[in-house]
Amino acid sequence: MAARTAFMQGNEAILEGALHAGARFFAGYPITPSSEIAELASTRLPARGGVYLQMEDEMASMGAVIGASAAGAPAFTATSGPGFSLMQENLGLAAMAEVPCVVVNVQRSGPSTGLATRPGQADVMQARWGTHGDHPSLVFAPASAQECFDLTVEAFIWAERLRTPVIGRADVVVGHLRELVALPDPEDGRALASRPRPQGPPDDYCTYRPGPDGVPPLADFGSPYIVHLNGSMHDERGYPSADPAQAGRLIQRLVAKVQARVGEMVAVRHFRHDPPEGAPPRPAVLYVAYGSTARAAREAALMLAEKGVPARLLQLKRLWPFPDSEVEAAALEAGLTVVPEMNLGQVVLEVERVVGKRRPVWSCAKSNGEPITPDEILARTLEVVGA
Amino acid sequence: MKARDYLIEEAMPLFWCRGCGNGIILHALLRALARLGKSREETVVVTGIGCFGKADDYIRTHSIHGTHGRALAIATGVKAVNPGLTVLALMGDGDCATIGGNHLIHAARRNIGVTAVVANNLNYGMTGGQFSATTPQGARSSTSSFGNPESGFDLCRLAGAAGAALVARATVYHAALLESLLVEAISCPGFSLVEVMSSCPVYYGRYNGIPDPAAMMRWWQESAVPASRYAELAPEEKQGRFPIGRLGGSDRPAFSERYARVQEAAQAGAGRWIQAGTDR
Repeated sequence: MAARTAFMQGNEAILEGALHAGARFFAGYPITPSSEIAELASTRLPARGGVYLQMEDEMASMGAVIGASAAGAPAFTATSGPGFSLMQENLGLAAMAEVPCVVVNVQRSGPSTGLATRPGQADVMQARWGTHGDHPSLVFAPASAQECFDLTVEAFIWAERLRTPVIGRADVVVGHLRELVALPDPEDGRALASRPRPQGPPDDYCTYRPGPDGVPPLADFGSPYIVHLNGSMHDERGYPSADPAQAGRLIQRLVAKVQARVGEMVAVRHFRHDPPEGAPPRPAVLYVAYGSTARAAREAALMLAEKGVPARLLQLKRLWPFPDSEVEAAALEAGLTVVPEMNLGQVVLEVERVVGKRRPVWSCAKSNGEPITPDEILARTLEVVGA
Repeated sequence: MKARDYLIEEAMPLFWCRGCGNGIILHALLRALARLGKSREETVVVTGIGCFGKADDYIRTHSIHGTHGRALAIATGVKAVNPGLTVLALMGDGDCATIGGNHLIHAARRNIGVTAVVANNLNYGMTGGQFSATTPQGARSSTSSFGNPESGFDLCRLAGAAGAALVARATVYHAALLESLLVEAISCPGFSLVEVMSSCPVYYGRYNGIPDPAAMMRWWQESAVPASRYAELAPEEKQGRFPIGRLGGSDRPAFSERYARVQEAAQAGAGRWIQAGTDR
């Protein structure tokens, strides 16, 4: 139940979600369109005994987030494209050293400074593969202020539970959108985000000895359980190891611990819009969309249904690990799939991978700093449907 | 606690080359921790990447082996969240002064209560002896065969100018001095930096005519001058020499002390802010 409803911006809702989940630390570097998150963190965190640090750049911000988390504070940062690029280095450290943290990327148009700060969604593959090496990736994509709150809470829960970095990937449209948000009772959020803790004699503790779920319990710096975090290949104690068998096992475990839990995570939202009664039966069109584009796609679906074509929207709330089974089921139920996105076509590649040759998959790509409109999506759909 | 109690003995022998100064620095650091009676629980070692960035392999306190240049940023996050911890950032000159130079000046300006221990061997040993931001002008390296066209940083003056609470320098020849400077630095509530001139006979020495470890030690012995005496040297006598000992600092409150005031003001509600100071 919502304790109260408030009118707020997506970025504010991200901050509220972080606080609700128990965040105690933020480090960041100012960048539009994410700065509201830092501004609010700078007053709200110290008011509850937490810490806001404004670092010299985004590399340092990620470093400080990792240090703070290792010292026991649920920690996060927020940035946009240029800053997210700089964070890739220490995102890899967080993944390898298994330090929980949340990174919010309020996307804007790129590359480089791009069209500052117009909308874009071209950081999808960067969020998956941006840091070098094989690594796990867990990415949520809100499409409303409410989802900014909900998915930030979700991000903290999984970051802490799985000892891994989690990326919240909003876009400027959602970040600056003002909407009603239902906020739960703060008491409900207590200890929502909690990491597995070691038990037993401190001398037996190993920083990287996994529990049954593949996640090693993590003690805080300062605890009697001595922690050796390591961004180099390491053994269960955290000591460096060049053993290929050890290295292979570790990389597999880092990815598997996330993959094993996807069934419990937020994944998608379904929308169904059918033509008026009596319309001749036709194969449905499926839209697969995410972030602010999902809202345009929903409007397009309504317009399409009015034209007599059954329309479905599968909104992806989790981008990585990609919701393969949900996409596959929805795509096979439809006659064809259209993937609108504010880039030259990134998620469409994943949809094609999942659907294969079984159904046609069409891209509806736009990468010029403007949001995709429902009319554009509809026009593209009618073009591929041949209506 | 004895120095040995902090050592991961099963990680022996040390990974570093014959004649390398890093083992001397490591031992001095462990003796300093023992002298201060620091427990393993309350101590956090943060390293970056490079030869001295491997120091955490041998230390039984809490540790994080991080990314190249970012040790001070990571250490800042640790200390900000738990000011009660003793936080040490162990780095080489490439790590601290070159790729991490921006984090160094900001850690000093912020006066975060971290002790930076910099093994300055005047080059990148790990990658084969390339010149770094502390390699002297004219010195040869694997990427400056014709002599280094750039000038090296004076790390102590850099950190001091940026606002560090304590700045000191020793060499690996002056191990007793090093230990006492480390004790002083670790006890300092603000940001402290101890630069240790360290031997790399395998690369820096070999490229610059001092390939013998003992000769490198003599070089440190002859070129290091206690700060009080260095100040009295004529300009021509200062050529090729450098001061050692405590070289500067300021008595500004440490970051955590000031941030505690911010937390108090934030908790008291709107209309409160912290007192402006008179320092830079």
